[in-house]
Amino acid sequence: MYLNINNVSKSFQRRGEQPLRALENINLSIKEGEFVSLLGPSGCGKSTLLSMIAGLAKPSSGNVKLASQEITEPGPDKSMVFQEPALFPWMSVKENVTFPLRKNMNKRDREGAAWEYLKMVHLSQFADNYPHELSGGMQQRVAIARALAMNSKLLLMDEPFGALDEQTRLVLQEEVEKIWLNTEKTIVFVTHSIREAIKLSDRIMIMSARPGAIISDFKVNLSRPRQQKDMALLEEEVMAMLKTEIDNVMKEELQYAGNH
Amino acid sequence: MPVIIKRILFFVTLILIWEAVFLLDFWPDSMIPSPLSVANTIYAGFADMTLVYDILASFRHLLVGLTISLVIGTLLGVLLAKVKTADETLGTMILALQSVPSIVWVPLAIIWFGFSEASIIFVVIIGGTFVMTMNMRIGIKNVAPIYLKAARTMGSTGMDLFMKVIVPASIPHAVTGVRLAWAFSWRALMAGEMLSTGPGLGYTLSYASDFNNMSLVIGIIIIIGVIGSIVDQLIFQRVENKILKRWGMEEAA
Repeated sequence: MYLNINNVSKSFQRRGEQPLRALENINLSIKEGEFVSLLGPSGCGKSTLLSMIAGLAKPSSGNVKLASQEITEPGPDKSMVFQEPALFPWMSVKENVTFPLRKNMNKRDREGAAWEYLKMVHLSQFADNYPHELSGGMQQRVAIARALAMNSKLLLMDEPFGALDEQTRLVLQEEVEKIWLNTEKTIVFVTHSIREAIKLSDRIMIMSARPGAIISDFKVNLSRPRQQKDMALLEEEVMAMLKTEIDNVMKEELQYAGNH
Repeated sequence: MPVIIKRILFFVTLILIWEAVFLLDFWPDSMIPSPLSVANTIYAGFADMTLVYDILASFRHLLVGLTISLVIGTLLGVLLAKVKTADETLGTMILALQSVPSIVWVPLAIIWFGFSEASIIFVVIIGGTFVMTMNMRIGIKNVAPIYLKAARTMGSTGMDLFMKVIVPASIPHAVTGVRLAWAFSWRALMAGEMLSTGPGLGYTLSYASDFNNMSLVIGIIIIIGVIGSIVDQLIFQRVENKILKRWGMEEAA
C-alpha cells in the first residue's frame, strides 16, 4: 500500500479536564492513485487525521507511513489545500504558485510551471493579479494550482470548498475530478458534504465522533462523471449511517451543556 | 457637501471669530495678535529664509533620529517576538518606558550630551523606538497561523520561513509602527528643540516666547500642526491604506 495509517490515536490535553480523545485506533490503507474522502460530523477528527498525514501534527501513538517512510514533518512528497485559500497577499498569483518551486527551479522554468498549473485551473490570465483582486472561488483555485505545482504524488485537501457558494463548489469539484483523472495523483479529501464525497471518491471513510473512529469503509463504484440520479441512492445509505452518529454527538453536546 | 468645502468653511469661520476677538480689544495685541499679523510673520520668516532653515534643521534631526529609532525598534520587536524570556523581562520594561512622555528625557539628555544636536536626536530616538518595538512585536506574533502551516507544507522552514513569510506578513503592523513612531518622534523633537540652542522650529518657538513675539509663537504652532498633518495624511495614511488593501485587511477606508 502507498499510504498506511497504523493504529493512530490522537488526544489533546485540556486544562482541568479529561484529555480529549480526538482519534482512536485509526487504521487505513490507501492505494496509489486512489481518491479517498474522510467524511464525518464536525469534531470527528477528520482534519486532525489529515494534518497528521501532512506532517503538520504528530500522532499520540501509532504512525503514518507514505511509501514505507514514516511521516514526521511536511515535505515535498505531499501537498495540501486548506479550507481557506491561505495565499500570501503580498505576492502576485504567479509568485504564490511558484513559492514552493523557488529552491529547485530557475526563474524561467518556474514561470513556465506557474503558467501551466494556472491554465489547469483556468486562471492563467490572472497571473499578475494580487489575491485580494480575486473572488473567493478564484483564490481557492490558485491555492489548488499552488499545491499542484509542488508536483507531489499525494494531494491532501481539507474541506477545500467548504467556504464557497454552491455554484462555485460544483465547478471546482469537476475541475478537481478532471485534474485527478489527468494527473493520477492520490487524493485524500476531507469533507462534511455527503454529496461531495460521493461525487468525487473511490472510497469514503465514514467517521464517528468522540472518539473519532472509522465506522465504515464505503466503496463508490459509479462510473465517472457521476450523475445525480445514480448518486441519490448512495446518499441515503450514507446519510443513514451518519445519522446515528450525528444524533449521538448532539445528545452528548446537550448533556455536556446540562452538566456545566 | 464635499468634505473639502466643509473644511474650508470651518477654517474661514474660525479665522473670522479670531479676527472678531482681536477687534474687540479685550486683550493686548501681545496676547491675541491678529490673524493678519500672524500671516505676515510667517510670510516674513519664509521670505528671509529663517523659518526655512528652522524647518530644514528640524527635519534633519527628525530624519536621523527616526531612522535610528526604526532600526532599533524593529530589531527589539523581533527579539521580543521571538525570545520568550526577553519578552517577559525586557518587554515589561519597554512597555513601561513607552508610557513615559518624551519631554521627561530632555533634562537627562542635556546632562549627558549638553545643549547639542545630539541631545535632540537622543530624545527623538527615545520618542520613536518603543512604539515601533511594540508594533513590530505584535506584527510578528500575530502572523496568521494558516500562512505558517501553508508555508511549512511547501517546504519553507527556519530562516526562509522568517524572511519570506513572517516578515512580509507582519508588514501592516510594521507600517502602523512607523506611522506612530513618526508621530511620537515629531512631538519629542519639538520638546527637545525647545530646550536647545537652535536652529530648529522648537528652538525658534521658545525664542519667540522669550521675546514676547506672540505672532511668531502662534505662527510656529500652526506650522508644526500643518507639517504634522500633511506628513501623516499625505504620506503615512496613504501608504497604510494601500498596504492594508493589498494585505486584504482593508476596513472600508
